[in-house]
Amino acid sequence: MMNMAMREKLGLALIAVALVALPFVLASAGTAWVRITNFAVLFVLLSLGLNIVVGFAGLLDLGYVAFYAVGAYVYALLASPHFGLHLPFWVILPLGAAVACLAGVILGAPTLRLRGDYLAIVTLGFGEIVRIFMNNLSAPVNLTNGPKGISRIDSFQIGPVNFAGSDTFAGLVFSGPIKYYYLLMLVLLAVIVVNRRLQDSRIGRAWVAIREDEIAAKASGINTRNIKLLAFAMGASFGGIAGGMFAAIQGFVSPESFVLNESIMVLAMVVLGGMGNIWGVIAGAMLLSFVPELLRYTVEPAQRALFGKLLVDPEVLRMLVFGAALVLTMRFRPAGLWPETRHRREMNENRA
Amino acid sequence: MTGILLEARDIGKRFGGVQALKDVSLTINSGEIYGLIGPNGAGKTTLFNVFTGLYPRDSGEVQFAGKALDLASPHAVAAAGIARTFQNIRLFANMTALENVMVGRHVRTRAGVFGAILRTRAERTEEAAIRRRADELLHYVGIADRADDLARHLSYGDQRRLEIARALATDPQLLALDEPAAGMNATETGALRDLIEGLRRDGLTVLLIEHDVKLVMGLCDRVAVLDYGEKIAEDVPEAVRANPKVIEAYLGTGAA
Ligand SMILES: Nc1ncnc2c1ncn2[C@@H]1O[C@H](COP(=O)(O)OP(=O)(O)OP(=O)(O)O)[C@@H](O)[C@H]1O
Ligand SMILES: [Mg+2]
Repeated sequence: MMNMAMREKLGLALIAVALVALPFVLASAGTAWVRITNFAVLFVLLSLGLNIVVGFAGLLDLGYVAFYAVGAYVYALLASPHFGLHLPFWVILPLGAAVACLAGVILGAPTLRLRGDYLAIVTLGFGEIVRIFMNNLSAPVNLTNGPKGISRIDSFQIGPVNFAGSDTFAGLVFSGPIKYYYLLMLVLLAVIVVNRRLQDSRIGRAWVAIREDEIAAKASGINTRNIKLLAFAMGASFGGIAGGMFAAIQGFVSPESFVLNESIMVLAMVVLGGMGNIWGVIAGAMLLSFVPELLRYTVEPAQRALFGKLLVDPEVLRMLVFGAALVLTMRFRPAGLWPETRHRREMNENRA
Repeated sequence: MTGILLEARDIGKRFGGVQALKDVSLTINSGEIYGLIGPNGAGKTTLFNVFTGLYPRDSGEVQFAGKALDLASPHAVAAAGIARTFQNIRLFANMTALENVMVGRHVRTRAGVFGAILRTRAERTEEAAIRRRADELLHYVGIADRADDLARHLSYGDQRRLEIARALATDPQLLALDEPAAGMNATETGALRDLIEGLRRDGLTVLLIEHDVKLVMGLCDRVAVLDYGEKIAEDVPEAVRANPKVIEAYLGTGAA
């Protein structure tokens, strides 16, 4: 019999091997699938960031996509012909995280007294304000190029390796998306480690304490104002990093990518997976990213084969599946598909 | 360890038409158990809330350990050395008993975001110390066997003990207990009494709101009585018990 620790290690090793091999398997089905995976990982990054604010600290944030936008625009402005600046990504990504962090504090500071619904409304407004700014900051000084967005954004460059083209190494073809995939995996790994460490720390406990009972948290000596600001700032930084990577991968940003729907999507990923639990959030983000794409690729051919014509647009089905998934989760697993261990432990207790 | 620990002067608090506290002044000496009694709605809990910065006061000042207390921020009050429990228990329901107490250590520890992310040596040492202290406190209040249970799964009596452990985790000089025996049976109340006596032996000052007269009279060095927001008596328990004003407050006019 293997003990738990060994089993866990073996499991992790298998997952690691699978993740390393994955892009080549996907590429054999078409490079589009690697791209889809990359965008799914971006959503995982976003969900993990939002999880700090919503899952840990219990602050309902409906404008999270604003930080994604800030990160993306910081990258776009500093690495594109728009201003003729071409800074390297390892300078811009931290800078984007810092600017997003600042935006998080700017959003957080005036909203600290608000709770629940009121906080949700103000953050929603903030998200829209950021988007509208991006849309309109093209005159008198053309900062963001308005609704046309910014294009021809530099891709990442590490030494001689540019992420836009393909490289052949040891007989394997590393296309641009495959290279981004590996980079995203590294970033994801770092974000997971950071999240887990924060969760079992003095600060993480303070977040959960505020979520559970703000008055008791105050009376226990927690400076709730600062600790909440910290949650906004940390969550926003993750959003900023994801935004920077998005800009580079996409090569193009415009305000259209940062609409309210995106905030809601990320929130749905967090809630569906299981607020507060890192693995649950990852699962939720993966599920809600992949299922619609799978539908897109299967529903249309299936309908054509069965009926000879397209009856239901995959985009419509996407929203249907989305809605149904959320309703079913809330009905049958209100704490999410994979809830925080605390909740799970408690369910086991009830069964015992 | 003698002398005045807390001195409140002319504390006033009004809720709309209700004058919940009217020029209440009192002094608590280091090392004593100070009882605060009074009929329902007399303003006892309100006084706690003012002392701990949870309600803004209308008037008055509080000196604690020789310094003016910043009543505008509850965490500063906790840092200054006042900890409390709540009349209607307020635990972190979905955290374990141990985690609840660990939260209480927050104000005496320093690790920030970067320490946590980098898992610095200082951070790890501090975390281990937090855990150890929390564990000790669970033993101290007698619920160490429930350390890994969620707070909301503890029995009522154990929840009250857990609240005391969390309060003690802030290293207070003054522990304010708001009706700790409410809802307890005789055995639990007896154990609570032993616990509070142990606290006094360990040098803590206790401010105790309690309706259980036997408990108050048996434990307290001095007792103050609030009635309609005013302090009507403050003395040793026997004298308070014999005070006609107090008897009248409890039994109504004409009963004395
Ligand atoms: N948040 C509040 N808003 C409005 N009125 C309040 C509030 N808190 C207390 N009061 C009022 O202030 C008065 C004093 O209440 P308080 O809770 O301090 O009494 P108490 O002495 O603790 O009573 P009990 O023994 O029932 O706990 C009461 O009339 C109460 O209704
Ligand atoms: Mg009360």
